[in-house]
Amino acid sequence: MNTVVCIKQVPDTETLIKVQGAGIVTEGIKWVMNPYDEFAVEEALQQKEKMKAGAVTIVSLGPDRAIEAIRTGLAMGADTAVHINDAAYYDKADPYATAAALAAAVKGLQYDAIFLGKQAIDDDAAQVPAILAEMLGIPAVTMVVKFEVAADKSTATVTREIEGGQAVVEVPLPAVFSAQKGLNEPRYASLPGIMKAKKKPVDVKTAADLGVSEGPKTVVKEMTLPPARQAGKVIAGDDAAAKAKELARILHEEVKIV
Amino acid sequence: MAGTLIYAEVQKGEIKKGSFEVTSKAKELGGDVAVCLIGSGVEGLASQLAKYGADKVYVVDGPEYENYVTEAYVQAFKQVADTVSPTVILASATAQGKDFVPAVAARLGVGAISDCVDLKKEGDKVVAKRPVYAGKAYAMIEAVADPQVIAVRPNSFAVKEVAGAGAVEKAAVSLDASKIKAVVKSIEVAQTDEPDQTEAEIIVSGGRGMKGPENFKMLEDLAKLFGPTATTGASRAAVDAGWREHSYQVGQTGKTVSPNLYIACGISGAIQHLAGMGTSKVIVAINKDAEAPIFQKADYGVVDDLFNVVPALISEIQNVKG
Repeated sequence: MNTVVCIKQVPDTETLIKVQGAGIVTEGIKWVMNPYDEFAVEEALQQKEKMKAGAVTIVSLGPDRAIEAIRTGLAMGADTAVHINDAAYYDKADPYATAAALAAAVKGLQYDAIFLGKQAIDDDAAQVPAILAEMLGIPAVTMVVKFEVAADKSTATVTREIEGGQAVVEVPLPAVFSAQKGLNEPRYASLPGIMKAKKKPVDVKTAADLGVSEGPKTVVKEMTLPPARQAGKVIAGDDAAAKAKELARILHEEVKIV
Repeated sequence: MAGTLIYAEVQKGEIKKGSFEVTSKAKELGGDVAVCLIGSGVEGLASQLAKYGADKVYVVDGPEYENYVTEAYVQAFKQVADTVSPTVILASATAQGKDFVPAVAARLGVGAISDCVDLKKEGDKVVAKRPVYAGKAYAMIEAVADPQVIAVRPNSFAVKEVAGAGAVEKAAVSLDASKIKAVVKSIEVAQTDEPDQTEAEIIVSGGRGMKGPENFKMLEDLAKLFGPTATTGASRAAVDAGWREHSYQVGQTGKTVSPNLYIACGISGAIQHLAGMGTSKVIVAINKDAEAPIFQKADYGVVDDLFNVVPALISEIQNVKG
């Protein structure tokens, strides 16, 4: 089974975000592969291992630094990669423009399934899987927590997270799948894997190479920080029972929730 | 004047509160407010939308809409949107809304703005405020073209009773079945009346300090006392320990929530967790470690052993309620 995994490099979750105009201060940020994309890479690798055939291709839109996330995917075991390295395009790209670039890169590849993380933890938009599928004219199944392919690779039966439960969905391949936590346990790149990854082929393209000129459909006008929350009142009392009583009074009289 | 078209979501035979929230907000933003209601046996619900500001309700009702299937719902909604030609499309960013909204926007060939917490009208544009980096920052975003498709995080706006004309029309919609490729084989929904964490008004959440899965029972008991809009949550530490399912996780790799009241029990307050619940209106922290970072965000802090505080709080609240 041939799969494509679209990944994004994002700031590590420990990052303290500082804003600047319509963006963030990128200095000093530790960049990592989007955590949800790790589930996507892992699933593609497991499917390849199960089928004992096929290739896994990583596709990523991002500036020079994105190569590190791509190499992480290759070190985990992916075979090849396409790096859409175009800082000017990337800087303005919203989910729609991102999907347009990915779609253009994916069109030249062989695939039975495309995996992505359910959202990137930087802009948290969770839109690219649906838009990419629309652009490729194939179905998308989001929030996937279990994935199985029929032996003839004609369909996939997947379990997706829905409100308060799960739904089992059968979909013909090729299709786009967005990975939710719980789908699998992503592997760590091994040392030999990291060494091998350095020699794996990465096809570098610009948006122009791919023939994409799609402008963004949404524009960030400004970024702000949330108002600093002041540490509030520490509830006094001789013991836990007294504090609980005071808290109950506050919830009733001040917060008016009880 | 052109106006807004809203996607109204139905779950368990009821219109979601978030759909009423965006309907009231649309009325406030001005212009005509139309609503598209899709489901099976939902026509009777249409009149409820008028109370919150709907001028017109387009009903797409049929057995083929019994279960939510992205493609079928997108096809139906697009046909209604083509009739209405709205300048703005709004939906509630529920679990289903998060699947539906980008798919609809892509079909309409426009962008979408996900999970917004505030909307402001500036001329012909709606400027949407949304948390990014799980709430560590906010972005002000606008769409470059109409329709401006925007999903709104539940609990961001109050449900307001503002009368709309409320005309109900059965929408003439035809589905291209050949394009509906995904088939729902089965649905398993836990038998619980608890709301989803992203929609709950009150969340009682537990972390590493809960010490084990069995102790979450008391958080459930506390949540129940707050009524049907309350539920429980968990920190990543509690989820990674296997004490709670991932669907309970609040934080950067879990759910981002904005309840009216968030009670953090035995949660130290890692940056990823604080980002995910920082927009809660009132935060209460119960932790025996006075140095825990959660107290820097809490409106009310109780420095004590949660195993003594929570049971006492349960009985005190029972007293207050009589």
